[in-house]
Amino acid sequence: MGTLNTSRNLAAPDDVYDLLIHAHEGKTKAESDAFNARLILILMNHVGDRDAIAEALALAEV
Amino acid sequence: MTFQDRYTLAYKTYPYEKSPDQDLPAPVRHPVVIVGGGPIGMALALDLGLKGVGVLVLDDHEGIGMGSRAVCYAKRTLEIADRLGCAGPMVEKGVVWSLGKVFHRNEKIYEFNLLPEEGHKMPAFINLQQPYLEMNILDRVHAARAEGAPIQVRGKNRVDAVADKGDHVEITVMTPDGQYTVQADYLVACDGANSGVRAMLGMSFEGEVFKDSFLIADVRMKADFPTERWFWFDPPSGSGASQLLHKQPDDVWRIDFQIGWGANRTEELKEANVRRRVAQMIGEDVEFDLVWSSIYTFQCKRMAEFHRGRVIFAGDAAHQVSPFGARGANSGLQDTDNLAWKLKLILDGTAPAEPLLKSYDAERIHGADENIRNSTRATDFITPKSEISALFRDAVLTLAAKHDFARPLVNSGRLSVPCTYDGSPLNGPDTLADGPERTRPGSPCPDVPLEGGYLLDRLGDARGAQFQILAIDTEAPARFTAHGLDCDVMRLSAADSEMLRARYLGAAPGAVYLIRPDQHVAARWAGWDESAVAAALGRAIGKEG
Repeated sequence: MGTLNTSRNLAAPDDVYDLLIHAHEGKTKAESDAFNARLILILMNHVGDRDAIAEALALAEV
Repeated sequence: MTFQDRYTLAYKTYPYEKSPDQDLPAPVRHPVVIVGGGPIGMALALDLGLKGVGVLVLDDHEGIGMGSRAVCYAKRTLEIADRLGCAGPMVEKGVVWSLGKVFHRNEKIYEFNLLPEEGHKMPAFINLQQPYLEMNILDRVHAARAEGAPIQVRGKNRVDAVADKGDHVEITVMTPDGQYTVQADYLVACDGANSGVRAMLGMSFEGEVFKDSFLIADVRMKADFPTERWFWFDPPSGSGASQLLHKQPDDVWRIDFQIGWGANRTEELKEANVRRRVAQMIGEDVEFDLVWSSIYTFQCKRMAEFHRGRVIFAGDAAHQVSPFGARGANSGLQDTDNLAWKLKLILDGTAPAEPLLKSYDAERIHGADENIRNSTRATDFITPKSEISALFRDAVLTLAAKHDFARPLVNSGRLSVPCTYDGSPLNGPDTLADGPERTRPGSPCPDVPLEGGYLLDRLGDARGAQFQILAIDTEAPARFTAHGLDCDVMRLSAADSEMLRARYLGAAPGAVYLIRPDQHVAARWAGWDESAVAAALGRAIGKEG
């Protein structure tokens, strides 16, 4: 497999997960959905690699 | 039988005249008959006529249709027009805009300034009402004919039947004086999206069915108004999925309102309703005259094959796309650019017919698919098809208002860029190590300023179908002949031209390019190799080398 990092990569997983959940607090379902869409676009741009994104999309299919 | 015009003419340029062909006992044979006198048919007639190929254009109307229609002509189209000798007046008349504004619902989200690449004779694009384009091509046709180009144009000559007889095509033509028959070695149907020829032959026209319609308004502003392109996603007051405004010559602005497939045509075209939409967009206090308005519908479709036997299709007759990205007329002119030299070589007996016509299919279907893909992507962004697609689209627009990184994701149509014929059966080898991507085989040659002019002034062949060899900082003979073709060799040095180096050499010290009559690269090497060039030339004219 290619360029997507699927090994353990978060030094403080509980902290990061907490950030994500907290970010959604007080938001309606619609606001959360829009927030998630923006977040995906921001992270996609950070990854910046078509193949890695394609691998991530395949991985997300479960 | 009476003739009913399907559209209003802007200029009656070729009124019906009875042709001597109509009274002859036997049908006259023409090398090429073109059905349709729009920009595609007329550009092909000009290209063939300049090459000395006898060509007859049959048009069921008598001139140039009204309305700005295609509006935007990209650089490659202007380069093709320049090879044919009619780009000058178009560029002079056309409008170039560089400042764009993007709106979402009630607010402007950002502005951009196009900074086109330097070193090209032609601008990245121009805006020009379609009748001016057609008039320029037609003026050039008249000039070429005066110099002896064998081009005939017959107005009110409607094609009622087409039959491929194997060694020629028989065409039944209706005129105000009744029916007559002509024959052609090849027939090219440039008769538009509702091609009658395509229907007569029962040929397929399929693709992703996408239906929408656009209300188009040309308005003349009574006071100063900026030369900017405004694109509006989800405009306020429910005016449709998108609105586009941009400038044309003569102080006329073109506005396209995307109003959906179910729009009531008669209601929408009422002047009061058009004026209401325009005022909502440009401001209630801006005074304007309504010059022209129309409703335009389209579907994204193409034919499965662009030729069958001796009948060939070009332009909208062969493929139709959404207007986002200006890919209709621009791709049609690339069809004619691709086809003219091939027909010339076939009719001269220099090249085999079927392989070259198959290469026309392969190359231009590749182009059509690229255009359909691009215009479909723009359409999906502008008119999201699902809730989640709309969510992401709005997320992009929200981010784009604040962050530059999101702006490349905003898709209001990608301007037509020339098609590179990757994988074409005509392409030869690419053995130029680390050569630039943009000049790989199949690419249209990018322009470069040279002493006293531009590279593209000297590439391609309007008057014939000659190939050329471009030798940059490497040895090559003065001329080269193979397969009945006599190739000019042009020698250049990149010593004084960083642009020539960047666009044609990359990291390589020198290069040899084989260039087709349509200015596309057929093959390239690091140095001269006579047998390799001969083989590539054979391959490029359909003789498997």
